[in-house]
Amino acid sequence: MRDFILKRVAAVILPFVCVYGFYVIFHGHISAGGSFAGGIIVGLSYIAFSTIYGIKKGRAKMPDKVLTWAESFGTLWYGIMGMVGISRGVPFLANKLAGVDLGVPGALFSGGLIFYIGLGVGIRVASTMITIFFTLMEDDRENAA
Amino acid sequence: MIKKLLVLLIVLATAWVGLLAIAELPPYGMPDNPVHNQVSERYINDALEETRAMNMVTAIVLDYRAYDTMFETIVLFTAALAVVITLKTDKKELGDGEEEGGR
Repeated sequence: MRDFILKRVAAVILPFVCVYGFYVIFHGHISAGGSFAGGIIVGLSYIAFSTIYGIKKGRAKMPDKVLTWAESFGTLWYGIMGMVGISRGVPFLANKLAGVDLGVPGALFSGGLIFYIGLGVGIRVASTMITIFFTLMEDDRENAA
Repeated sequence: MIKKLLVLLIVLATAWVGLLAIAELPPYGMPDNPVHNQVSERYINDALEETRAMNMVTAIVLDYRAYDTMFETIVLFTAALAVVITLKTDKKELGDGEEEGGR
């Protein structure tokens, strides 16, 4: 797809889509949505970019190293957050029991570990979407060439 | 023919047992259903106090059921892994294959 109008519109909209995705991830415990939905939105902004501008430019925006790192580190981050509970002598993934500062309901940094766990899940979902899409897309282009 | 009739009979019998079980289910959406037990009550009454997260769904998914969500992310990891293993072609490997095909 090399359409001029599509490219210009995407250039205006897609950065906001990406930022909105991170907004949904970060506000998962305050408003509607959550880390899964936010991760999908972040992944979608990259998928739309590589569909419109071509896979090469898309890959340049999201290097393989970053993608691999996010792919591997998302779940590990979840595990590390679970270890906070164990280090305080309470069960795995405990939140209130672990004595984490829960904050005021409605504030951005409320809910204790929920905020950090949600960040890990969001990165995880986004990297999964992007990885699957890039893999499928690349194979197609190689077969065509 | 006899075999087909027998199979039909077994299918109908199984369906009959299933329908009997469904007929025993409580009516949908009634307040005194066994689904509405102390678990949902606890979530509705205490979720805000216990997690301080305003979105109750997130509180359940990422706090009460955090262990479940952790393995959900591992399911995502496995899905990406399967796609990459099945479809990713190493550039070098591909070149070798083409050379061998040429010979």
